[in-house]
Amino acid sequence: MSPPESPPVISAEDLLLAFGSFVVMRDLTFDIHPGEIFAIMGGSGSGKSTLLKHLIGLMEPSAGTVRVRGRDLWTLSDAERAAMLRDMGVLYQEDALWSTMTLAENVALPLEEHTALSDTDIQRIVSLKLALVGLRGFEDFSPHEISGGMQKRAALARAIALDPDVLFFDEPTSGLDPLSARRLDDLVLQLRDSLGTTIIVVSHDLESIFTVADRALYLDIETKTMTALGPPTELRRNPPNQQVYQFLTRSLDADSP
Amino acid sequence: MQVDTRYTDGTLVVRPTGDWTLDRPLPDIQAVAVSAAPSSPVHAVAFDTSDLGDWDSSLVAFLYETVEYGRAHDLEVQTDTLPASLARLVSLSQAVPEQDTTRTEAPPSVLTRLGTWGLAGYDEVRGFVRFLGQAVRSLAAVLTGRGRMRWRTFGVALQSSTASALPIVTVISLLVGLIIAFLGAVVLRRFGAEYFVSYLVSYGMLRELGALMTAIIMTGRTGAAFAAELGSMKVGEEIDALETFGISPIDFLVTPRILAVVVALPMLTLYADLLGILGGMAVAVTMLDLTTTQFLTGLLEPVVLSDGLIGLFKAVVYGSIIGLAGCMRGMQTGDDASAVGSATTSAVVTGIILIVLANAIIDWGAAVLQF
Repeated sequence: MSPPESPPVISAEDLLLAFGSFVVMRDLTFDIHPGEIFAIMGGSGSGKSTLLKHLIGLMEPSAGTVRVRGRDLWTLSDAERAAMLRDMGVLYQEDALWSTMTLAENVALPLEEHTALSDTDIQRIVSLKLALVGLRGFEDFSPHEISGGMQKRAALARAIALDPDVLFFDEPTSGLDPLSARRLDDLVLQLRDSLGTTIIVVSHDLESIFTVADRALYLDIETKTMTALGPPTELRRNPPNQQVYQFLTRSLDADSP
Repeated sequence: MQVDTRYTDGTLVVRPTGDWTLDRPLPDIQAVAVSAAPSSPVHAVAFDTSDLGDWDSSLVAFLYETVEYGRAHDLEVQTDTLPASLARLVSLSQAVPEQDTTRTEAPPSVLTRLGTWGLAGYDEVRGFVRFLGQAVRSLAAVLTGRGRMRWRTFGVALQSSTASALPIVTVISLLVGLIIAFLGAVVLRRFGAEYFVSYLVSYGMLRELGALMTAIIMTGRTGAAFAAELGSMKVGEEIDALETFGISPIDFLVTPRILAVVVALPMLTLYADLLGILGGMAVAVTMLDLTTTQFLTGLLEPVVLSDGLIGLFKAVVYGSIIGLAGCMRGMQTGDDASAVGSATTSAVVTGIILIVLANAIIDWGAAVLQF
């Protein structure tokens, strides 16, 4: 992890997530540092994915600000915002591969749109990205011809197509068997360690959180705000409240230490 | 973004220098290696990154290819001469061995294709007849009180295929009436028979075009919607879920929808007939200097009840075709996202073809029976 004095990649301040008058989460304040793997955890319906959409700039905060490298996404011009988003890669929950294109075309599209590389050079980059996620030789397959785990990895290859500085993962391990899930976790760590990518993971897969996350944020559905922030093992050893304890130990036992 | 190579003691040393970013073309390892081919045999590849600046995927792609090149030529690739982060990426790209991804698909011969095509056609007809049988059985059970139907689905489908369809049916039938009157006006005036324009319009609308135009509109509107609804339910495994509960998707989803269009179409057709005649009357009054009374008497004399009844009979047939084709294509949807699109297309194509076919058969039957 980088020293704390380096400026945060993303910072949220007094963020309020709401649909109309229905408040999902309030008073969210946190910083995400460069090169960090930051987990957003919480029960179903606690607004994890909604928070993610706010961090990517797909949804405008009802109140408060989200700053990416010190700049509020919603005060930028469209062109500036597009340039900021270009440095972010997203792996969606339902992988969102374009179903009418082959895997190679899926990975190539962002490169075609955003770089001036020749077609052969794009194919060379595409081959590398697919090899990095363990899909050598699957260039000409359609998304529906490969398994769920492979689709996830293909979506990851697409997310890292433009060498993003920040990667977002929405429930990366959901729907995967335990072994594929651990393999994906391993891949996430490898990518961070070798490329220094800042990674934000939305998850309720505890094993995944304990394996990859440097710090974790807990969204509590009852109080509608964040109730814990810190290294996950630290939170388990020293839970700040009942809900975090129950969540991290996967038990409904009332006896918090 | 440059790369030098040199050969020392049988080792190919690859030395990337400067900044490597994705906005410049990538060097080709093949060309680089060949350009400096040595006289002595080579047994290893090493790297020298002492003058390397910033880098991104372009460098990693080049290194990946270099490693592949080394493997293809039986060279020992010394990845430990790379900085740790690059070495890790290269080893990550090599982690999964190449899998056999060839697909065994020999191009079929003409005869095979012809046979497949014929069999597919046979299956198609069989599938349609089978589906028709299931729907008729379910419908008969509902109508005789032995089966149960979901009336809520029926209500929603009926609303979307009647009230919600009125605007488009209004516009189209009014214009069709107008068009027939225009055609008639030009032709009939040559014989001084303008008076018969009302006969032409009303006979045309009641017997043929009222039902046909409405049916074509409804195929595009309701038939396509049925296919899309059922198709996405199929993709989302909702239909499988019904079946595992022992609930027949035909009773639950198909029958109410078919019944709704069968009920809706005669009503819409009647409405279309009226509006078409109204459109014709507008042309007759403004262009042909007929009075409304003349127009209406010219209509009442020759047009008989059976013309209207044939139109309504056709509407019932077309309604069943629209419901059947839409629901059948929906239920036949494959299991990926693009399948819903093709199901919808095919529902409309099937619907229109069958409607025109049915139209011809009914007209022929009516002519033979002098109805």
